[in-house]
Amino acid sequence: MGEDDLKETTVMKGIGVSPGVVIGKAYLFDRRDAQVPLYKLNDPSLIAGEIRRFRKALRESEKQLIELKNQLSDLGGGMQPLYIIDIHIMILRDRKFIDRTIRNIREMSVNAEWAVRMTIDKYREIFDRMEDDYLRGRISDIQYAGQRIITNLGEKNLTVVEMGEGFIIIATDLSPADTAQMKIDRVLGFATDMGGKTSHTAIVARSLEIPAVLGLENITRSVQTNDDIIIDGSAGVVIVRPDPEVSKRYEEKKRLYEEAQDDLLDYAKLPAVTKDSYSVEIGGNIEFIEEIPSAIAHGADGIGLYRTEFIYINRKQLPDEEDHLANYRSVVGVEGLSWSTIRTFDLGGDKFFPNAQTSRELNPQMGLRGIRFCLKEVELFKVQLRAILRASDRGKLRIMFPMISGIEEILEAKRIFYEVKNELLKRGVAVGNDIEIGVMIEVPSAVIVAEELAKEVDFFSIGTNDLIQYVLAIDRINERVTYLYEPLHPAVLSLIKQVVDIGHKAGIRVAMCGEMAGDPTYTMILLGLELDELSMNPLAIPRVKKIVRGSTLKESKTLLNKVMTLSSSSEIRALVEATMQKRFPEEFQVNGQ
Amino acid sequence: MVKIRTFDIANRLGIHARVAAKLVETANRFQADIFLEKDGVEVNGRSILGILTLFCPRGSRLTIRAEGADAEEAMEAFARLIAEKFGEA
Repeated sequence: MGEDDLKETTVMKGIGVSPGVVIGKAYLFDRRDAQVPLYKLNDPSLIAGEIRRFRKALRESEKQLIELKNQLSDLGGGMQPLYIIDIHIMILRDRKFIDRTIRNIREMSVNAEWAVRMTIDKYREIFDRMEDDYLRGRISDIQYAGQRIITNLGEKNLTVVEMGEGFIIIATDLSPADTAQMKIDRVLGFATDMGGKTSHTAIVARSLEIPAVLGLENITRSVQTNDDIIIDGSAGVVIVRPDPEVSKRYEEKKRLYEEAQDDLLDYAKLPAVTKDSYSVEIGGNIEFIEEIPSAIAHGADGIGLYRTEFIYINRKQLPDEEDHLANYRSVVGVEGLSWSTIRTFDLGGDKFFPNAQTSRELNPQMGLRGIRFCLKEVELFKVQLRAILRASDRGKLRIMFPMISGIEEILEAKRIFYEVKNELLKRGVAVGNDIEIGVMIEVPSAVIVAEELAKEVDFFSIGTNDLIQYVLAIDRINERVTYLYEPLHPAVLSLIKQVVDIGHKAGIRVAMCGEMAGDPTYTMILLGLELDELSMNPLAIPRVKKIVRGSTLKESKTLLNKVMTLSSSSEIRALVEATMQKRFPEEFQVNGQ
Repeated sequence: MVKIRTFDIANRLGIHARVAAKLVETANRFQADIFLEKDGVEVNGRSILGILTLFCPRGSRLTIRAEGADAEEAMEAFARLIAEKFGEA
């Protein structure tokens, strides 16, 4: 791996064993375990000495574990790590384990370290054949015990982890003895190469209630100490060196996760229907297929926004049609989801050609991205469209194009879409016949020409994040102007209202998939606007449903009508917040009360 | 004296590491030699790895053989441990 690779954003998928989201700095915990030395004992007279060296390391390991156990029992606290240490002591005393290792030294003429490694590998082979996940996972105990012997065969003592602020621990695997050496209150999360739901790291993480993703296979080779890293233990996803946009989304996710209370989850499974029987569909916004179970569990009726950008980044070569298809097939037709909306590629060309001399754009938000880029690189666009079409025979699929600013773009995108579709049909490939085509409404000009756009599509999806930044001329990453970012700006509300009204007049569905849709402060306003679908971060769904179910369409409309008569953002915000606090005092507590 | 008895393993997780450790501890309390057998494979009752590699999930049939002066007491101790599901669910 070159220097440059270590600066790239990397996404890794493993097994989420302890839920929650954490954003922080990586600490690579190195037990030197990948580097077991191997050498041949050329002279048979060396064998006896090697066996003695092994026995000494065995005694040393046992002594350390007994000491560790005593230290831990003096500390009191949980009993769980203690019995695990007992098991490791028993393994160190196990006749079979010892005999096998000595036989390796004798028969293979190898050094003690390698002989232990061979014994571990032999047991791994036996355990791998077990069908029971839990029992199979017990190989980790043998690895820990063996690792300790190998470490004691070396010269240095075990590293004691010194950590400053709080770190996310990256390791091959962790034993209770390893975690015992850490300042555990400083650990924010775990990500390891090995392990599964029943491994010790998982148990420790759940008892500490910190996120953990295990079984990542090669995270230790992709991360360096001090790298920025995000762990999403709920989805089993780890993002190394995230870009600011992704970090921002995960900050939000983290906040929502922390806020989510168990009682709110009761609302997840209930339909989003107001007290006067007005219902709104609830979508989940996701970027990894691993997030789907969580979206369903939190009450998404469908996927309202599947961001496809991660299929492109984080890889050496462009994704081919099959790479796309594998993802889309996991998104479309999933039991528990009524529909899935796939958004086509929405980044700039730099994500396609990281090493090419694509000139850096001064203002990429207004640059060659989204549909603009796709219409320039038609062949790349077709690969994605073909895969989406091929996934469409699985279930209800909606496709939407981002960054549409005028009628030519949607006409051209549709032309290419049908061209690809007809090619597939000609080849006899099964394609769903009720795919809906939609556009993101996020560029202000799209609102102005919405009547024309509505004639060409089956739905609109309002992307409030971009719409707000474009219409108010705020660079979202410029902190000096973020104070101007205001979803309740009268201009923003008026644009949204126009889109809904035009869409409904044309008889098409109008969804919203920006952050605004998931903020409960705006739920009544959005109800009043009569959006057909609100799509949001899945973790935000239960609270939004609670608000929907506690409101009436009538009062929401009254609130909206009143808001539409006000001329300043501050008046609107004051009224909306006061109304929400009055109606839902539990959900909108005023600070200090 | 030789005592042989067959047991059904009824705890939810089967014979995992902690349970295996309890079997070894029990075996170590007696003079008698202890052997565990499942599906024709026999292992020493004092070897935690031997017991783990027998692979006994819930529902397994495990035969214990105790040989020695205190074989009877040893067998009673095993019977109790297994009847109590090793103190687990």
